[in-house]
Amino acid sequence: MLIIGELINTSRKAIREAVENKDGEYIKQIAKAQFEAGANYIDVNCGTRVYDEVEIMEWLVNLVQEAVEAPLCIDSPNPLAIEKGLSLAKYGQPMINSITAEKERYEQILPLVQKYKAKVVALCMDDTGMPETADDRMRVVRTLHQNLTAAGVPEDDIYFDPLVKPVSTGDNAGLEVLETVDLITKQYPNVHKVCGLSNISYGLPNRKVLNQLFMVQTMTMGMDSYILDPLDKTMMGFVYGSQALLGKDPYCMNYLTVHRNGLYA
Amino acid sequence: MAEFNKMSEMVIAGDFAGVKALTQKMIDDQVDPISIINDGLMPGMNVVGVRFKAGDMFVPEVMMSAKAMAAGIELVKPLIAESNMPTAGKVLVGTVKGDLHDIGKKLVNMMLESAGFQIIDLGVDIAPAKFVEAVKEHKPDVVGMSALLTTTMLSMKDTIDALKEEGLRDRVKVIIGGAPVTQSFAEQIGADGYAPDAAAATDLCKQLTAN
Repeated sequence: MLIIGELINTSRKAIREAVENKDGEYIKQIAKAQFEAGANYIDVNCGTRVYDEVEIMEWLVNLVQEAVEAPLCIDSPNPLAIEKGLSLAKYGQPMINSITAEKERYEQILPLVQKYKAKVVALCMDDTGMPETADDRMRVVRTLHQNLTAAGVPEDDIYFDPLVKPVSTGDNAGLEVLETVDLITKQYPNVHKVCGLSNISYGLPNRKVLNQLFMVQTMTMGMDSYILDPLDKTMMGFVYGSQALLGKDPYCMNYLTVHRNGLYA
Repeated sequence: MAEFNKMSEMVIAGDFAGVKALTQKMIDDQVDPISIINDGLMPGMNVVGVRFKAGDMFVPEVMMSAKAMAAGIELVKPLIAESNMPTAGKVLVGTVKGDLHDIGKKLVNMMLESAGFQIIDLGVDIAPAKFVEAVKEHKPDVVGMSALLTTTMLSMKDTIDALKEEGLRDRVKVIIGGAPVTQSFAEQIGADGYAPDAAAATDLCKQLTAN
């Protein structure tokens, strides 16, 4: 299980303000809190800084690494910002979020995956647009799996993101993702699967509850990594509990450890 | 008329079959088709818009209401000469070049259509030249651009610049939206407005076309 802490993202108000005010201490504090709460990777996304993204990426990456010795997930559609983040990442194996099967994006990102031997989030999307069904997604999975492995990317470094869409705009949006995760697990047992959780609940009340339930449902189908807010104790409690119940936590050791550390208190 | 109120209630409740049956009944009773739209269907959808904005109704309910309203419109439309069809204005929409996201745009379309706007949806990955061409062809009141990626949102500026070069900028209002887009970005690139969600986009179009 890989938990990618999602909080350092300039589309969030608190981070946007910290960047604007050059409040490095806040960034460090959030990095540290996420790491201590169980995040394995710290996501860094400053894509909303259209005109100075590369510069801000450098600032954020350096701050995060002053605070924690954690590997980073460099999150941007901009290859220049990704390269800047990767070139500075110094702890463990960095991760790129994300590559897609869109021709231009694929050609821009692949060299970075190879150069930095990075893990990579592979988004189930190609030049035909957003996928609707599990079949649409599996078509992209096949293409990306074939191309990435042929390019020398180890299966263990590939994290397929099925692309979660809101259930409020399509009744089967959740089901299509669950089916995709199941198919990937069966057809490509050596790759990983990852997703964010907030898209599923867009347009509906009680979003946190739906996000938590969708985490449990996707994990049951074989999802093994999440981009989430590790400071959400209820969510993290469900992550550890769900892992134990699915036989992914030998002797329930992680579950018991987080219990002793007061996660469920 | 009590039947108009009933129709509005059915639109609010998303009662697809009910709206369809009542519209047919009103047509059979020789009710003015334009009045069916303006006094029955539209007032219902207006309530939906207000409740959605207030957080009392949610996206799936709005979709059901829009579908119910569309069922009524479909029946009355053939009875109204095209030039007499009540319309709040014409909006040309598209996701910008290099960007394939369309969920947000679909919601905006649905809300706008329900508010009486005529929508021309160009689709996704629309280059500035295509927007320009479509503006010439369709002569919309408003052009709405969507972008979900920080790398593609700059194409919004290219489109606005292209409209300027072609001398079309003064003939249309330009509005933008999408997750990375902000009010200040709209101002920077010379758009007429920014909307954070579908309900706001509808209000914005109403405001811009009223002037």
